Amino acid sequence: MLDPYKIREDFPILKRKINNYPLIYFDNAATSQKPRQVIEAIKNFYENHNANVHRAIHTLSQEASELYENAHEEVAKLINANGMEEIIFVRGTTEAINLVAYAWGLRNLRKSDEVLVSLMEHHSNIVPWEFLSKTNGFNVKYVDVNSDGTLNYEDFENKIFDKTKIVCVSHVSNVSGVVNDVERLAKVAHEHGALILVDGAQSVPHLTVDVKDLDVDFLAFSGHKMLGPTGIGVLYGKREILEKMEPFHGGGEMIREVSFNLTTKRCSITWNDLPWKFEAGTPNISGGIGLMEAVKYLREIGMENVQSHECMLTKYALQHMQECQKIRIYGPKDASVKCGIIPFGVDDLSSHDVALFLDNYGIMVRSGFHCAQPLHEIFKLKSSARVSFYVYNVCEEIDRFIEVLKGIE
Amino acid sequence: MVTVEDYVARIEGTCGKDKDVIVIFKYDKKDEVVAKILKKAKVEKSISGVIFELTFKGVSFRLYGTGKAIFRNLKDKSELQNVLIDLLL
Repeated sequence: MLDPYKIREDFPILKRKINNYPLIYFDNAATSQKPRQVIEAIKNFYENHNANVHRAIHTLSQEASELYENAHEEVAKLINANGMEEIIFVRGTTEAINLVAYAWGLRNLRKSDEVLVSLMEHHSNIVPWEFLSKTNGFNVKYVDVNSDGTLNYEDFENKIFDKTKIVCVSHVSNVSGVVNDVERLAKVAHEHGALILVDGAQSVPHLTVDVKDLDVDFLAFSGHKMLGPTGIGVLYGKREILEKMEPFHGGGEMIREVSFNLTTKRCSITWNDLPWKFEAGTPNISGGIGLMEAVKYLREIGMENVQSHECMLTKYALQHMQECQKIRIYGPKDASVKCGIIPFGVDDLSSHDVALFLDNYGIMVRSGFHCAQPLHEIFKLKSSARVSFYVYNVCEEIDRFIEVLKGIE
Repeated sequence: MVTVEDYVARIEGTCGKDKDVIVIFKYDKKDEVVAKILKKAKVEKSISGVIFELTFKGVSFRLYGTGKAIFRNLKDKSELQNVLIDLLL
């Protein structure tokens, strides 16, 4: 078991007061807070090792390159990838999905093909496919969500067919916290010859995610939701698929050679090895190093302990929120089918009223669509308030949250 | 000369089906702003002394003790600007 009180000591921001009340941070699905180990790692890089990575032979560049490469290795270990060749650093989940859409989809999706997307997706796993379909002419088909927010697996199995080329699904819904059975989805996708891309933005920070067990082709996630800095994220891809793909962005770092042909007056280009083929330009080096420290921090706690702590908090919150007559919980009320995310509403108040009421007492929650408008339309909601937990949250904070909500008169 | 910009930090659209507008007042002016608005607008309802449901010249809005206000059903930006001028100046 993890000790959240000990963990809290590592997070300087948790000592803050908002409107003279101790900060209670329940907006972890949007972004997590950062431990001093991550903050120090970034500071240490800039104070002691800052240089551009690769293709320089001086000491600082060697140090920076080693740190940056180690960061890829640490991430690979976290999700049980085969090595850093399968780990591409990007800006975040959104860029990771766009990378797949453009570097793979642009060249592989044709007019007669279909892309199967779930209706519980964040806009980042809907918009790139709708956008690309305008260029390539393929169809985007949506898998239904049941009224309780769980995925309709029957509908998925009915809609997938031999023209489905890729299945795009989140591992954990950023609105309801529902955990999808990715292993099952991957198995069915592969039986139909389709690839599967999983949005792991809400799962990798909170669960043990093993890409080999799940057998996913792509996994996208963000550093800032897992104690790391903003501006750094990850695309995992199976090596054999990444090898066949063309690059996403062109520029320095992603090439091995750019040779000018004096006869044709054109340049011929050969790509760099994985993962650098997909990391054009100077990368976010400090971000990668910060992410490495975040991964080490989580690994030291143990992902199974992260998961059980959040499950306990979710159960506790669900139980106490249901005791409050004014609160309406959306989605499943069974903590065993979800991660630490609870969407809710309060009678006679908009979600923004709720968020601003709680803000008055130093409690940070999100309100709105959470970038998942289609799911809100299914729930027939104009918007929702959302609490989401992480390793540093404690039951006393949930007690205070309930106490404040009960005070609404 | 004092302007609305002296009191307003940011104006944003809210996220959700209802396209409301949230006005975030400057932190160091929030107490002054809340007092001014409560003096001029009609309080229709108060929720725990934290949220005030108000009307002013036919516009309904909610003011929060933390120095934020959500305006609903505004015609356009100029209507908001005029209301803020009348409330704050």
